[in-house]
Amino acid sequence: MANADMPADTMLRTADGQPLKSALAKASRKARIRAFLLVVPLLIFVLLTFVIPIGQMLSRSVNNDQFSESMINIGVWFDENPNAEPDEAAYAALAADLVYSAANRMIGNAGTRINYEVPGTRSLFTSSGRKAKNLKAPFKEALLELDEDWARPDLWAAMRSASGTTTFNFYQAAVDRKINADGQFERADENSRIYMTLFGRTFALSVVITGLCLLLGFPIAHLLATLPLRKASLLMILVLLPFWTSLLVRTTSWMVLLQGQGVINNVLVSLGIVTEDGRLEMMYNQTGTIIAMTHILLPFMILPLYSVMKTIPPSYARAARSLGATSWTTFRRIYLPQTVSGIGAGGILCFILAVGYYITPALVGGADGTLISNQIAFHMQNSLNWSLAAALATMLLASVLILYWAYDRLVGIDNMKLG
Amino acid sequence: MALPVYADPLERVWYYSYRVICALIFIFLISPILIIMPLSFNAEPYFTFTPEMLRFDPAGYSTRWYDNLMTFGMTAPDAVRDGSWWADFWQNARWMQAAKNSIIVGFFSTIVATVLGTIAALGLSRPEMPYRKLIMAVLISPMIVPIIITATGLFFFYSDVGLSGTYFGLVMAHATLGIPFVIITVTATLMGFDRSLLRASANLGAGPATTFFKVQLPLITPGVVSGALFAFVTSFDEVVVVLFIGSHEQQTIPRQMWNGIREQISPSILAVATILVIFSICLLTVVELLRRRSERLRGLSPS
Repeated sequence: MANADMPADTMLRTADGQPLKSALAKASRKARIRAFLLVVPLLIFVLLTFVIPIGQMLSRSVNNDQFSESMINIGVWFDENPNAEPDEAAYAALAADLVYSAANRMIGNAGTRINYEVPGTRSLFTSSGRKAKNLKAPFKEALLELDEDWARPDLWAAMRSASGTTTFNFYQAAVDRKINADGQFERADENSRIYMTLFGRTFALSVVITGLCLLLGFPIAHLLATLPLRKASLLMILVLLPFWTSLLVRTTSWMVLLQGQGVINNVLVSLGIVTEDGRLEMMYNQTGTIIAMTHILLPFMILPLYSVMKTIPPSYARAARSLGATSWTTFRRIYLPQTVSGIGAGGILCFILAVGYYITPALVGGADGTLISNQIAFHMQNSLNWSLAAALATMLLASVLILYWAYDRLVGIDNMKLG
Repeated sequence: MALPVYADPLERVWYYSYRVICALIFIFLISPILIIMPLSFNAEPYFTFTPEMLRFDPAGYSTRWYDNLMTFGMTAPDAVRDGSWWADFWQNARWMQAAKNSIIVGFFSTIVATVLGTIAALGLSRPEMPYRKLIMAVLISPMIVPIIITATGLFFFYSDVGLSGTYFGLVMAHATLGIPFVIITVTATLMGFDRSLLRASANLGAGPATTFFKVQLPLITPGVVSGALFAFVTSFDEVVVVLFIGSHEQQTIPRQMWNGIREQISPSILAVATILVIFSICLLTVVELLRRRSERLRGLSPS
């Protein structure tokens, strides 16, 4: 025996003499590492193409270099004179910055940045930038001569907040706060609180859509779960075909159906339910968004509900009936509680998908049926206020991640099923 | 769920009205998809059934929108339809280009997503996998995070590293979006996989590679293929990321549709939609057959 010369003890050992406990620990560590190594390539891939880009975008929401990268001197003055009124030195620094950024073609950026907070000031920067190199001391008088707007206190407050390298201003803007003359944030006027209204609308519409999906999905899932398998799998095709059909195709069909001159209106007119002039407006408003998105998200409600309902034994309901419960009581007290996990899974999934929806609202939503995603796209592609887009995206992402966490707690991510 | 003999009249009424409600919901689900098919053969540029169509008058139907679809973008659309016409179609027709782009991007992103996703699913389904839940949550997240956020992030990231407007960048982005579907389907298939087969194979002298290719892979192939189909459909249907990071030349079918719908929606869009619906019917059939095969292989009779 190999371990004949070892001290005899009671410890269990493997054939090559190691204590069994450490050998097992070593083997299971090896197995863990091997399992992890299989996942590593994909993890790196997803980190590179997904996590890092999104993280970088999040950092852009506090990024503030548009103004501060070219307006250096005034930034120094703001640092040295916190809470001070602009004096001659400040105006001199500002004039120097205007000359510098006009020469380097960065004045437009700087003006745009201030314009976000004090609307109408971009042209002030560009026009003063063109003339700034002819300015002479005293700069305060010279600049005010060019344009007396330079004395505006809200402009200086905006410049002060734009001169740091990081800022939460975009978040302030995203919750409808604006800078006032004292450099403090205050709530925007009642009718310009667009983003909170939009968030509110996004969540409200998502709740409505999820509710409708539940209302329509529950009977279908129940029917599929209780029918004999042969019939159920035939009917299942009617659920899965929309699921597999392109999103744009489904949105297009709804545009065709809901149009003023579309199929539904024509049928209603020919049946005499509505008059020729009274054609229903079902598109380019919230109705269109709700109808089309309910249709698109319905399979995401039906499938999880179905997989839960399939596991509910029918004998419970029969037992309840034989004990004297009415069919309504049986449903309410026996059947419904057993489907709660399915309702939770489908509901959260639908809600998560609805909150971030972009394509369908953009095509059928019109002005009052668009969601927060559409506003993010608008700031990305049209207004080019990328930092505000990033701030809005961060807020949307945070709410989605909270829901995702709830989904994981409730259902478990590994229990997610498709089709 | 037959109607029990002891049902009272109210329950009988409810039983039949329940069936009617379900039928109506099924109509709601399926009719938007079916209705565009006849409409795409409309002879008039309308999005509704003309009186001729309702009378099944052949004059009310035509294939002009399909023709429109094929000739759009061609240099000589009215030429005789001979070999050179078809060459022109293959080279220049706008929708043909879009289809080629969609298929190229879809194909490569599916390969990337399927290979990486299957390997990872093998690791994730091992009982000894550390941090399983966390890693799973990260890998599934591209499906959960709103597409506009992903597109925005990729827009900034790709313009920094110089990948915007490249096919490589597009393939990577679409692969990321397809990965959750591969992970979900393959781990679901692996859940029913009998791990003692691996030990039996090792016991008979097979190395890990042989065991994987000869024993494990054939058994999980249905799951892998349906995951791959999901990934392909995801890429084939994706428009937001393409809009944000694609160059002007990278027109895919959904992007072309998007432009068509936003600018002036013509019945040609319905023709494309019809073709895509037929395409998804084919895909659904394949997935359904695979699912049955997988259940048979795993010894689960379709109970």
